[in-house]
Amino acid sequence: MKENREGVKGWLNPTRYGANRFAYWLQRLTGLGLLIYFIAHVIETSNIVYGKSAWEKMLAVTQTNEGHIVLMVVIGMCVFHAANGVRLYIAEHGKGIGRPGRPEYPYKPTSLGLGMKACIWVSVALAALAMMYGAYVLFGEA
Amino acid sequence: MKRVKIRVFRYNPADGADARYDEFEVEAERWTTVLDALLYIKAHKDHSIALRYSCRMASCGSCGMVINGIPRLACYTKVYELGSDVITCRPLTNFPIIRDLATDFTAFFAKHKSMRPYIINDAVDRIDGREFLQKPEEVEKYLQFSYCIKCGLCYAACPTVATDKRFPGPQALAQMYRYLIDSRDMATDERLKVVDDRHGVWRCHFAGSCSMVCPKGVDPALGIQLLRAYLLGMSRDSKVVAELYRREK
Amino acid sequence: MKVHYYTGLAAIVLVAIHILFRLTVPEGYSASLEYENVIANYKNISYTLVLELILVTVAVHGFNGLRVILLELRQGDAWESAVKWLCIAGAVAIIAYGTRTIILASMM
Repeated sequence: MKENREGVKGWLNPTRYGANRFAYWLQRLTGLGLLIYFIAHVIETSNIVYGKSAWEKMLAVTQTNEGHIVLMVVIGMCVFHAANGVRLYIAEHGKGIGRPGRPEYPYKPTSLGLGMKACIWVSVALAALAMMYGAYVLFGEA
Repeated sequence: MKRVKIRVFRYNPADGADARYDEFEVEAERWTTVLDALLYIKAHKDHSIALRYSCRMASCGSCGMVINGIPRLACYTKVYELGSDVITCRPLTNFPIIRDLATDFTAFFAKHKSMRPYIINDAVDRIDGREFLQKPEEVEKYLQFSYCIKCGLCYAACPTVATDKRFPGPQALAQMYRYLIDSRDMATDERLKVVDDRHGVWRCHFAGSCSMVCPKGVDPALGIQLLRAYLLGMSRDSKVVAELYRREK
Repeated sequence: MKVHYYTGLAAIVLVAIHILFRLTVPEGYSASLEYENVIANYKNISYTLVLELILVTVAVHGFNGLRVILLELRQGDAWESAVKWLCIAGAVAIIAYGTRTIILASMM
């Protein structure tokens, strides 16, 4: 209590400070999710070296409805993380965030302006589109 | 006019009791600020509430607190603009609590000091009637960052400060950029060495909460990304140190 | 942090190629996962190079990201040193394991 730092709770609630904070929260969440998926994927695909029956046993587990839903979520995470990552790369190199000037009331910060908000919405939209396309490919072949 | 409930965070480390919220009912007009309401409570209901305030006009930065979940200046926040009949006042997060709504700014100021927030120019002692020439465009590169009132709202909002004790915070980093890009300053390399640290500017991830809460339009997130861009060698304008000039009589 | 930027950008391109390999099989996505098709992919030297690069870039990017999150959660020289070595070990382990799969599969 004395130190009064918000700690990890400060990371968990992304709703207080607008789109940029939400994107930060989602970037971290998707990053961790993708790391876990990456490790699982490398392990699951290594079954190829144990021959055809081992590979087909692995496919029987992953090419199910539940497996497809997991893959759809992974697709969404991947596309959001990549698109938002490109936005962060550009912003952190000083582009697209406006120039310093003489602030006038109501002091809208240029770094959180339309450009950045639009990029975040585009990242979410691309992730949604990719998930829908993924659903079409995965569930579409009946 | 409406009646609102103000919930004030009460905590005194000296008496060992747990923190609690005290509730008070206040009548608010269209123009009543949260600071007005708190001072009314202090005058008429409970004079033991500890809070800091001074200028009442968003100029001194003393009355920062978390109001309905977001760090704000109490003098700059009208009760009506919160859109709620219950207003909760907590001390600023990420600052140690002294008592109730008053927090300790020692670490915050120490981090600011570690950025060497002054012009470093070895010609300064030998100016003798001359002045630095700065074009308006050169002033505009740092002017908005100089509007910082050290209120600490950005420090309270930052998710990195929430967990990383060694992170200087958005205010300190923005001030570092303010002095770095000032054409009168010559210590660019030493300044970059201070922030090019594992817990320095690299721990900022552009969550932007600092700029969201800044009451003076300083936009510290912009300053930090520009500082990082400078470190990455991306600055569009290469910095030229200002000349000393004797004004013609 | 620079390593995070560059591996991130590289990973986008490489993973896109990896996914395209699964989506551009004429018989469809599930056919592309058949044992024979996958083994044929591993025999293609440029594709195995792409896979190896993905392994390296994604492992470095991912474990560096994890390192960043862990460094922010706690500070102190012992913790920071432990996190650095753990993340390097994790990245090396997954790269080694994946490379083993690539080498063995390409010889099958």
